[in-house]
Amino acid sequence: MNVHEYQAKALLGEFGVPVPEGLLATTPAEAEQAARTLGTPVVVVKAQIHAGGRGKAGGVKLAKSPAEAQQAASEILGMTLHTPQTGPEGKCVRKVYVEAGSSIADELYLAILFDRAVERFAIVASTEGGMEIEEVAATNPEKIHTVHVEPNVGLRDHQSRALGYDLGLPTEQVDKFIPFIRGLFDLYLAKDCSQVEINPLVVTEDGRLIALDGKINFDDNALYRHPEIAELRDPDEEDPRERAANEIDLAYVGLDGNIGCMVNGAGLAMATLDMIHYCGGSPANFLDAGGGADKEKVKEAFKLILRDENVRAILVNIFGGIVRCDLIAQGVTAAAKELKLSVPLVVRLQGTMASEGRAILADSGLDITAAETLQQAGELAVAAAKGGMA
Amino acid sequence: MAILCDKNTKLIVQGMGRMGRFHADLSLEYGTQVVGGVAPGKGGQEIGGIPIFNSVAQAIRETGASASVIFVPPPGAADAILEAAEAGIGLAVCITEGIPVLDMARAKSALAGSSMRLVGPNCPGVVTPGQCRIGIMPAQITMPGPVGVISRSGTLTYEAVDQLSRLGIGQSTCLGIGGDPVIGTNFIDALTLFEADPETKGVVMIGEIGGSAEEEAAEFIKSNMTKPVAAFIAGQNAPAGKRMGHAGAIIAGGKGKASDKIAALEANGVAVAASPAMIGETFAKAAPELA
Repeated sequence: MNVHEYQAKALLGEFGVPVPEGLLATTPAEAEQAARTLGTPVVVVKAQIHAGGRGKAGGVKLAKSPAEAQQAASEILGMTLHTPQTGPEGKCVRKVYVEAGSSIADELYLAILFDRAVERFAIVASTEGGMEIEEVAATNPEKIHTVHVEPNVGLRDHQSRALGYDLGLPTEQVDKFIPFIRGLFDLYLAKDCSQVEINPLVVTEDGRLIALDGKINFDDNALYRHPEIAELRDPDEEDPRERAANEIDLAYVGLDGNIGCMVNGAGLAMATLDMIHYCGGSPANFLDAGGGADKEKVKEAFKLILRDENVRAILVNIFGGIVRCDLIAQGVTAAAKELKLSVPLVVRLQGTMASEGRAILADSGLDITAAETLQQAGELAVAAAKGGMA
Repeated sequence: MAILCDKNTKLIVQGMGRMGRFHADLSLEYGTQVVGGVAPGKGGQEIGGIPIFNSVAQAIRETGASASVIFVPPPGAADAILEAAEAGIGLAVCITEGIPVLDMARAKSALAGSSMRLVGPNCPGVVTPGQCRIGIMPAQITMPGPVGVISRSGTLTYEAVDQLSRLGIGQSTCLGIGGDPVIGTNFIDALTLFEADPETKGVVMIGEIGGSAEEEAAEFIKSNMTKPVAAFIAGQNAPAGKRMGHAGAIIAGGKGKASDKIAALEANGVAVAASPAMIGETFAKAAPELA
């Protein structure tokens, strides 16, 4: 789960990580008032969306007076930002964060994440603050410094110190860098983060270290023990179909093709997308109905798939282990009848109770194309989608 | 002989909820020796004919259990894994999906000095056809034979096994290693076991997007495997930055793409199936002597 910059900054502050003072605004008038309250000669008005690259896209503006802050906010609020991370459709700005300006002497990069390859936390630092870290990794890998933290030992000051000196910081700043990383790491553990990224971490002209931007992602599996974090979820930032799927405990990812998919199991669901592509078609979605798929869930899944207007055919691919194919078949026929399904439906049932399931489909009187193998399922679905478009 | 489990395995079930009980029954039906269940506070009772114990240590003392399957819900799952390890059991297979990464990172690190092998979490389990079923796989689609199957996914494992069985190619052991970022047994561990097992003559490996386990396995196969290996990588058309069902299946920062994994496997002599419908066929071509 992602949160907005202003929410991330509040959390950073809670854990003793220095952040600029700032206030949230949803109207230009509020932005003007915020600038007045902050009272600094310069404020920065920043679009609040769940994507990086806002500056280049025009979502971050400097203002030298409350009036300028109001003007900047009126330009940013309501605009649709297109950054490399927003996708082609862009993201609409509904809030701005008005922040006290900082006098920047240097920009650094600092992040904490979990490194799967070594199963330890990685603290990543670079002198190339303000740049995408992937870009630095590609062009100047020697400028990225990493230390790994053993999960049961925890962060040690010598690790932070080494990173500070690697970045070329003088000793008096290394002494500030150590508690800075400590705060960040404490936050990472306390809130079950999956990534904390400070880019840039600025060194001010008077030698302070400040988190000028903050991006935090959380481990979805741990949200149950952080209700205060779960509350920060912003539904406006999420794909409405993915959100609806989430609510009924289905894993759904919208894609841009025209074959709606319902599959049990994440691996088989991914493989079904691959199968459709291999047969020359294009899937409209990834949908893992999970191990507990039953009649009701199948119906909800169909509703979700049909919310996508591009769908020209539906492929149901079930390999029953825990899932019983007869229950799936009942769900499929009920859903097709109730929703008055108007697109062609291809169903492949294998595994537990598959022959019973196939019999239910055959006896339903519905126009359902049965497939035996994965190959057939792909071919039939692709043909059905093409026919439907003609 | 197979790997990890056989007809001599004595299995206990940690977490005798609805799922745990249901699959304990199916494993019993398959002929697995399910000797006990662990449900704190219910020690001394019987559930579905299976004696229940308050702790893993007690269950081992009373039954001589050698393996445990864990169905404990996410908040207590990592603790259940550590309980099994401390009680001295040889194998724990954790089915639970949704364990926080932090919990698993700590548990995995704590297992470093332990003699217990962990499979999973978020995995379908282990089946040695005709001998032992641990977990949730539909064992009826397996058949005894010479091919080891390793997979990060559940249902895609069934697909691969089904394709092999339909071609008359049996399996030595089928093993789901799990779709989470932190897992007990990885591809290299499983490949090592299959390479050492005299009854396994070849391996089918099913990977997916996310992480770099497949790339590491590719290197390992080239320098350590004498047996033929065929593979499939799921998620060739997955968009970047989206979690595809499994917690670990995500292309992040340009890393973990299927195309990179396929290239690494092919460069190291592994036959990779072009489509998920060709897994069995691809293996049969790579190891004609076993087909």
